[in-house]
Amino acid sequence: MSDDRLPAKPDAHGEDDGYGGDLVLADPAGDPVADPGLEPHEDRITDIDPDAATRVERQVATMFGLATLLTIAFVVAYFAIDKDTVVWIGPLRTNALNLTLGMTLGLALFLIGAGAIQWAKKLMVDKEIVEHRNPVHTSEADQAEMLKEFNAGTAESGFTRRKLIRRSLIGALGVLGIPPIIMLADLGPPPGRRLFETVWTEGIRVVNDVTLRPLRPSDMVIGQLVNGLPANLQELAEEDHTEYLNAKAKAAVILVRIRPDQITPLPGRENWGVDGILCYSKICTHVGCPISLYEQVTHHVLCPCHQSTFDLADNAKVLFGPAARPLPQLPIMVDSEGYLAAQSGFHEPVGPSFWERGERG
Amino acid sequence: MLLLGLLAVGGLYTAVVPGNSAVADDAAQSQQIEEGKKLFAVNCASCHGLNAEGGTDGEGRMAGPSLIGVGAAAVDFQVGTGRMPAMQTGAQVPRKDPVLNEEETAALAAYIASLGPGAPIPPEEVYDVSNATEEQITRGGELFRTNCTACHNFAGQGGALPQGRYAPTLMGVDPKHIYEAMLTGPQQMPVFSDQVLTPQDKHDIIAYIKGMEEQSDPGGFSLGRLGPVSEGLWGWLFGIGALVAVAVWIGAKGVKAGRSHSE
Amino acid sequence: MATKFAPPVQYIDDRVGIGKPFFRHALRKVFPDHWSFLLGEIALYSFIVLILTGTFLTFWFKPSMTEVEYQGSYELLRGLHMSEAYASTLDLSFDVRGGLLMRQVHHWAAILFVAAMMVHMLRIFFTGAFRKPREFNWLIGFGMLFLGIIEGFIGYGLPDDLLSGTGLRITQGMIQASPVIGTWLSFFIFGGEFPGNDMVPRFFIVHVLLIPGLILALVTVHLILVVYYRHTQYPGPGRTNRNVVGYPLYPVYTAKAGGFFFVVFGVTALMGALLQINPVWLYGPYNPAEVTAGSQPDWYMGWLEGSVRLMPGFETQILGVTLSWNLIIPALLVPPAFVTLVALYPFIEQWVTGDKREHHLLDRPRNQPTRTGVGVAFMTFYGVLWLAGGNDLIATHFGISLNNVTYVLRVLVFVGPVLAFWVTRRICIALQRADIERLLHGLETGVIVRTPDGGYYEKHAPIDKFETYTLTLHENQVPQELGPETDENGVAAPRRALRKLRVKMSEFYYADNVLKPTRHELEEARAHAEHAHDDGHHAVEDVTGDEQLDTTTREVEAGSGRDH
Repeated sequence: MSDDRLPAKPDAHGEDDGYGGDLVLADPAGDPVADPGLEPHEDRITDIDPDAATRVERQVATMFGLATLLTIAFVVAYFAIDKDTVVWIGPLRTNALNLTLGMTLGLALFLIGAGAIQWAKKLMVDKEIVEHRNPVHTSEADQAEMLKEFNAGTAESGFTRRKLIRRSLIGALGVLGIPPIIMLADLGPPPGRRLFETVWTEGIRVVNDVTLRPLRPSDMVIGQLVNGLPANLQELAEEDHTEYLNAKAKAAVILVRIRPDQITPLPGRENWGVDGILCYSKICTHVGCPISLYEQVTHHVLCPCHQSTFDLADNAKVLFGPAARPLPQLPIMVDSEGYLAAQSGFHEPVGPSFWERGERG
Repeated sequence: MLLLGLLAVGGLYTAVVPGNSAVADDAAQSQQIEEGKKLFAVNCASCHGLNAEGGTDGEGRMAGPSLIGVGAAAVDFQVGTGRMPAMQTGAQVPRKDPVLNEEETAALAAYIASLGPGAPIPPEEVYDVSNATEEQITRGGELFRTNCTACHNFAGQGGALPQGRYAPTLMGVDPKHIYEAMLTGPQQMPVFSDQVLTPQDKHDIIAYIKGMEEQSDPGGFSLGRLGPVSEGLWGWLFGIGALVAVAVWIGAKGVKAGRSHSE
Repeated sequence: MATKFAPPVQYIDDRVGIGKPFFRHALRKVFPDHWSFLLGEIALYSFIVLILTGTFLTFWFKPSMTEVEYQGSYELLRGLHMSEAYASTLDLSFDVRGGLLMRQVHHWAAILFVAAMMVHMLRIFFTGAFRKPREFNWLIGFGMLFLGIIEGFIGYGLPDDLLSGTGLRITQGMIQASPVIGTWLSFFIFGGEFPGNDMVPRFFIVHVLLIPGLILALVTVHLILVVYYRHTQYPGPGRTNRNVVGYPLYPVYTAKAGGFFFVVFGVTALMGALLQINPVWLYGPYNPAEVTAGSQPDWYMGWLEGSVRLMPGFETQILGVTLSWNLIIPALLVPPAFVTLVALYPFIEQWVTGDKREHHLLDRPRNQPTRTGVGVAFMTFYGVLWLAGGNDLIATHFGISLNNVTYVLRVLVFVGPVLAFWVTRRICIALQRADIERLLHGLETGVIVRTPDGGYYEKHAPIDKFETYTLTLHENQVPQELGPETDENGVAAPRRALRKLRVKMSEFYYADNVLKPTRHELEEARAHAEHAHDDGHHAVEDVTGDEQLDTTTREVEAGSGRDH
């Protein structure tokens, strides 16, 4: 707006703009120093020296010009460089196309920006200007006017007078919020018993994950870890891929072989292992990451997500970290053909806790 | 008659007594074991006991476990990667430049193998991945992500274990040593026996690891292949840093002429 | 100089009226010049970059979890079965020219978007720009930060790779563990059990439509308000609560801010060229039986990750239901409480200080020691949790035990913020005192003078009137007063207990604040200095041991005169 300097009297504070407030000023006598007004404008070199200004102009033009060239380089590179080419620059071994496209585009954009900024800083007029600021709130006169109009309108509508219309309208609109919520009811099936069950059941063999090879006790040595799956999972893979993944997310297990004298099973679990081979759920009871970081000397497993640590020789008791429950153990046996198989399903739900889980599910 | 007799004795002799090469093998082998025994006494016995039965540190804590029955592969791995002889006891023995050369390592391995049966050093064809097919590499990747990444991270960069221990990086490791590590389960690493992860499975895993090692980083500097933590760090340092620097430049007052405009 | 519009402009003017005073004033709108006012722009421009690059990506990305066999260029995964989402991400990275660049620019822009919003928010906080009338803008900005974080998390979950899939599994586990509705909520969001096959398509729509739309709407309101209120400014000569001093939008800020957009875009593109981010081909496709060591979310989720890592494992089973405290506390209670406190801070501060006036002049952080201390305490709390999110990487990189790192951080999360508050507040007060020194005694010139009788003193030069004004422009503030217990008719003042609390808190808020010198004191100090120049002595010598020293730095006595 205008370029005038401000009056000397400061009005930065102390002025009550109609809303009072119970703030007390310690020294109501006012400021120690009066407002000296804006600092006097100092010229830049480019303001007084036309050669300097021309120099900067050339600088800026060069930046813009380079940006143009880089953009053209981008287009050329896009077609000229094969997408599989690898380029070596010192320690960097990377894709040539990605590097070139990114560098040309990035520098081009940067230079346009830098040029514009340099232009503004050095060449554009840099005299500070002052704009007046009005209080945000409405003046008292305008408030009165507004209320007059609004109240007139309300009175004309009869909204405040006619209670029946008002109440019924609010009722109708309020209830209208329910259908959108109800419409979401088919987003998912009710949980039912799904979180309590896995595909493990009596006789299902344990197979090695990925290779699907069944396991004999003699295949495992002390200190071994096997990432396992139930053998019946594979048929699900052919039928329904989604169901297969869902089942896998609960049924994955780990098998470890520990020296029998180091194992301390809970009462009732003495025959859940086979000669020191124990089977536990692989799914962490904290929030469900699969665990297979096994330390064979300490027989601890560590979940990489939040570092819950379980002792597999001691019923997967929690030793450290945020998990609250031990890993569920799957009782295993040797089946009639000598392979490791489940005696039954898990005796408790696997994976993270949930509200309905209760003591034992 | 005499000729027949001579022939018979000669033939019998040839059949019963082992040939020269076998004798030479045996002799060479026992010499190697002797050498290994000497090397053991000098480099290993102080922690592992004079007869590799295991040793304590004088305060009842184990200094070196028994090596009877660990097998040649374990020795080849530990000594070949420089982990053994260990310089100091700590949470974990790190990999370092090998102290003993190949010949000495082989001798030690032979000696330990002679003490009790254990996993032998694998033949080259199981860990030679130079001719691995695409199918093997892809399969190896699946096995790698199922069995290895939980400790060693998705790119084999290693990871944290409890109490100051760690799973080391797999980058720059000889394929033979990778094989032996899977087979023997050094330190806290579990064992992956050949009956569960067959030599073919192990070969495929090694092929994938090597493939990943050779894989370029098409997106630029890899930032350690450690995931979002290093990415976030760089985003702040480089990205926000550079942009705030530019912001400061934009807002800076700039050099003044020191004299006023003269019309 | 032309007085009529050129024909093309006239064409538009006939239909829009672009010459009206409203637009004319917009042209010369004044914006003050300071680097810290450009931080919000980094966020805005990052958002634009996100929309541009994101649109590109949607032309190739397939938001489907249908299983396909990969036959693209990346050899290490060829022949593997994976979701279409993951396969199409690989295609973008290896078989679409410029695809990897766009993916990386998009992800880096997201990193910068959230980081910039946070830095901008901190600037607003520490300078008190959230005070009336800008509380709504604070809430809107806060809302955008929250939405940005969710948007980023969902965004990097779309490729269905091992790392982000693990993150989604963790989120699902936390949802599942929520009391009462947890399992239902989880089944409804994921369309059944995890992983199911609804996750990617549903999150895709949230990511490309719902949240960007919300953010777009919010940022529009945010910017309208910024322009409507006119930008705040730092105290200085000629700057008052009733004006704004700076440069006009056209041409200076068109060039500076417009240029800055290109700079932000350019820097992001350079990062996309040079710094690899989210190499999904190395992670492999998501498999619920696989996991990687060093699983972390993107940086802005780090504090939640840390919160969950630090919590010890407690849960109670009671009356047939399970309450997972190990998740409820660090995920469902603490973070919402923290962010609510931050969101409501302007209102809390207003209640404590009783300051209901409009503020357009910013505070220098040192002049609000308690607010600054609270801010640093919050940052420390956030920072400790953030460190905890990377505790395993800290352990491996510094050779420390993972368990010890966790134990230390468990203590630090409580002790750290308190310590940070106290230290920051004292530093602010010290800086205030340094300002007073500067006002009364001027600059240290570095010129040492030796008097005839062997004494040494340093010459001080008085600061100019412009700086003096800047240093005294802030307000002295004292705590609120309780007021009489009853008014003149014996009627008890209402809500007295609340009022007492309020007064106590304002005492805490303003305690130890250094009062600025009065006009009289300033003049006296100047006189002293002048007097000193005449006869070779300096005010400093006079002040040493002089009673003047005790009154030049007065402190507010807050009841018991506690020193914080």
